[in-house]
Amino acid sequence: MSPEYVRQLSSVTHGQLSKPPGFWFKLHLDPILLGALLLLTAGGLFILFSASGQSESIMTRQSIYLAIGFVVMALFAQVPPRIFCRWAPWVYLIGLALLVAVLLFGTGAKGAQRWIAVPGMSSVRFQPSEIMKLVMPIVVAWFLSKHIVPPSFKAVIGTLLLVAIPVGLIAKQPDLGTSLLVAAAGIFVLLLAGLRWRFIFGAVMLAVPAVYVMWHFVMREYQKQRVLTFLEPEKDPWGAGWNIIQSKVAIGSGGIHGKGWLAGTQSHLDFLPESHTDFIIAVLAEEFGLIGVVLLLCVYAVIITRGIIISAKAQTLFGKLLAGSVTLTFFVYIFVNIGMVSGLLPVVGVPLPLVSRGGTSIVTLMAGFGILMSIHTHRTLLGRTT
Amino acid sequence: MNDRDTLKDHRREVKIFKNRIVLAAFCLVLLTGLLLSRLFVLQVVQYEELSTKSDENRIHLKPIPPTRGLIYDTHGILLADNKPSFNLSLIKERIKDLDTTVRDLASLINISEEEVQGFYKRLRKRRAPYEPVPLKHGLTEEEIAIISVNEQRFTGVEIEAQLVRFYPQAEPFAHAVGYVGKINERELKRLDPQKYSGMRSIGKIGVERFYEEDLLGQVGYQEVETNARGRVLRVLNQQDPQPGVNLTLYLDSYLQQVSYEALAGKRGAIVAIEPKTGGILAMVSQPSYDPNLFVSGIPYKTYSVLRDHPDRPLYNRASLGEYPPASTIKPMLALAALDLGVREPSFKIFDPGYYKLPNKPRLYRNWKRGGHGWVNLERAVYVSNDTYFYDLALNMGIDDLHDYLTKFGLGKRTAMDVAEQRPGLIPSREWKEGVKGVPWFPGETLISGIGQGYMLSTPLQLATATAVIANRGKWIQPKLLKSASGEIKRELPTAPESIEVSNPAYWDFVNESMRKVVHDPRGTANYRIGKDLQYTMAGKTGTAQVVGIKQNERYDAKKLKKIHHDHGLFIAFAPIENPQIAIAVIVENGGGGSSAAAPVARKVLDAYLLPKLAEQRLAVSKSE
Repeated sequence: MSPEYVRQLSSVTHGQLSKPPGFWFKLHLDPILLGALLLLTAGGLFILFSASGQSESIMTRQSIYLAIGFVVMALFAQVPPRIFCRWAPWVYLIGLALLVAVLLFGTGAKGAQRWIAVPGMSSVRFQPSEIMKLVMPIVVAWFLSKHIVPPSFKAVIGTLLLVAIPVGLIAKQPDLGTSLLVAAAGIFVLLLAGLRWRFIFGAVMLAVPAVYVMWHFVMREYQKQRVLTFLEPEKDPWGAGWNIIQSKVAIGSGGIHGKGWLAGTQSHLDFLPESHTDFIIAVLAEEFGLIGVVLLLCVYAVIITRGIIISAKAQTLFGKLLAGSVTLTFFVYIFVNIGMVSGLLPVVGVPLPLVSRGGTSIVTLMAGFGILMSIHTHRTLLGRTT
Repeated sequence: MNDRDTLKDHRREVKIFKNRIVLAAFCLVLLTGLLLSRLFVLQVVQYEELSTKSDENRIHLKPIPPTRGLIYDTHGILLADNKPSFNLSLIKERIKDLDTTVRDLASLINISEEEVQGFYKRLRKRRAPYEPVPLKHGLTEEEIAIISVNEQRFTGVEIEAQLVRFYPQAEPFAHAVGYVGKINERELKRLDPQKYSGMRSIGKIGVERFYEEDLLGQVGYQEVETNARGRVLRVLNQQDPQPGVNLTLYLDSYLQQVSYEALAGKRGAIVAIEPKTGGILAMVSQPSYDPNLFVSGIPYKTYSVLRDHPDRPLYNRASLGEYPPASTIKPMLALAALDLGVREPSFKIFDPGYYKLPNKPRLYRNWKRGGHGWVNLERAVYVSNDTYFYDLALNMGIDDLHDYLTKFGLGKRTAMDVAEQRPGLIPSREWKEGVKGVPWFPGETLISGIGQGYMLSTPLQLATATAVIANRGKWIQPKLLKSASGEIKRELPTAPESIEVSNPAYWDFVNESMRKVVHDPRGTANYRIGKDLQYTMAGKTGTAQVVGIKQNERYDAKKLKKIHHDHGLFIAFAPIENPQIAIAVIVENGGGGSSAAAPVARKVLDAYLLPKLAEQRLAVSKSE
């Protein structure tokens, strides 16, 4: 059986060619994903309005970022996946260069250098580490799609190196949350590519000494403090434990129905810290209750399910791996954010995707969805041309 | 397509990926379930607890202290007022560096080391978060201005306005009205925290202590919503405080002032009572102190000076001072003797200057060396013959003596609302056997007959007994409270039973004998105060021995230290026909009652009665 035949056969079994390309297909957009994203971002604006204390400037900026995000998504969707694949190594190198630049000339707050100013436009700053979130799955997917699946030991080592360099650079900023997410994005590709179980178990065995090394040699004092606080927030209720305690109180006091929009006392009376960034889910939980959170999770579930379907239907390995990784990383965002705000995980500074305030994050995430759409809508075209 | 691509097994590739993506999807479902269950635990299982916490977070009850009831004298003159005072307070939670802030404040205004230490001490005590802790009390206007100008520099520093007690009449009233002071640790444990939330002071002694419950009022509450930094954003609910009850006392500012001055430079006490009502017109103890010192916490140095002063200014001699009543009990014993039939008015004994128990060598001396010769009961009272009363006491026996004096209120606390009272002591057989463990001796009965020995009474008790005599046995209850602006919650004791005698004429007899003390040329007080009296006065002098005089020695004031000098006592009421005031005076180590105490009493009685008499005369002349 020729590989070409197998590929076509699998396409047929997935029923892709049976549907004629429609209106959205021509635009390279996915209506389900697009609808869910619009719903999510609109709802997010609602929550942000409350969480920001009805700040007009924050709302305006967020709206602009979202608009830019949708445009970027549409643009990325037009680009055929093979272009991403072709450019992957070069984009990766540029990303690394930017990360080095951050360490050299970066600006930032709270003792961390995370931002880089656009030359000539000092008020416009962006976070190269955010871009790495997108570049990482692309480059790993590119790398592994060039190898036999499941990946050989050599390929695994190569992948790990590809992952480790930017992750190390980001951790040095320091930005634990983002470095973990970037690492996850790369590792997911490896896992989806069929990383052998013996490697997986080996890694788990290695994790124990790794944690020890991390704790004693890599992690900064404030990061350790976060973990300690997470383990026992009541020990320092007025200091480091405050955030976790207050966000739990905010979530819990929302109950099933919530206190009503703009009526959350925890956030409006400043008990809840960072209410419009990382802890925005607590505002939602307080004002709209369990029902509100479940509705939000439903919208997220639609997006993720769609992402998984897209990756399953993707025709090339590169497309499958990339779509899968983008989707899984998106889930990790949600899980880590809600987990940390609800006291399930330590606070690592991960925003709630497309709801928390923040420009670079929105744009990269939307670019990621653009790639998903591209993978989905360039299928038949790819099939025809090859 | 490069070469390696052609080596790929696409079928296997798809299968592996399919397995992995299904596994991943399964993991996502599991993890989502974990998140949902966490949210369920928080929002459903722990909902009650966490929503209570959320409310506790934002809703604070702020107590609004009530204004303390005012205290007036009988004429409506303020004795205890409330005056605004400004405190400098710090809110620890809003201050980054407490020590620096305190130091900076101390560089702007005068803050003593003691105040700083007091502040840190208060800070360590249990308190609500964001509760202001005072650093300095009683800011001057200038200090307020300085702090206000520098307001920007000090977040978490507040000037709090607060009403504090002020005693405009100060020293003369210190013992009677008392004072409020800071609530101390011991009181904090005892007090109902609800009633005293937001309160910093409490009545410590005197009327302030006795009527504390009524003067206090009821705390009001403000339910406020605060933000995380403790800032009050809005008032959700308010319950207004109920001010305390205003009290009007029988005390007469003018009379109190006169009494205070009459004792100036002496140690002693005066209690004056209106016989008809029992109202305490004056209650003075000298020396005194300024009660205003105690209101916001007295500095330790000032306090120790007062405490350790040899004249003991903090000691309320009027109701706590226990002195031998000496001869002032003779009128009461005369009445008892008549009522019991122990003595007829005409019964006489011969006084050689001493009394002797049969078969005992000891001489019980009369105060007059040579004796009074033949003495009847009446004369025994107005010349204050001791020999007669030795004999009378012996005949009456200690039991009846004890019973009768007790009927006059001696030996027990009888005043209705004087916070500090000592019972004094009227000895009895039971008392001696109980306390001393030895039986009663007849010799002790003898000296009890002249108010010496174990016998002790307070000026308040003597004034009360005098008022009862003036009332011809009708008991009145000495009291300070004349009226109140509201209901008095404090439970008040009721008056003892009145004294019934077999023949009311005995009261006339007692009155007459006491009249002669003042008005008869041979009366003990006549020489000092009886000459130019414009009204009738019944009195009795007393001289209480402080040290026992040996058998063969004579009392010689010159040879004794001042603190071993006799106490001078005097009791009186006037006018006899219509008693308006009964008084007891004691001058510690002042010498005899006639010389030391009677003139003091006269000054007070004059001050009280002369304006009244003038008024009456004016009224009579007008009607004519």
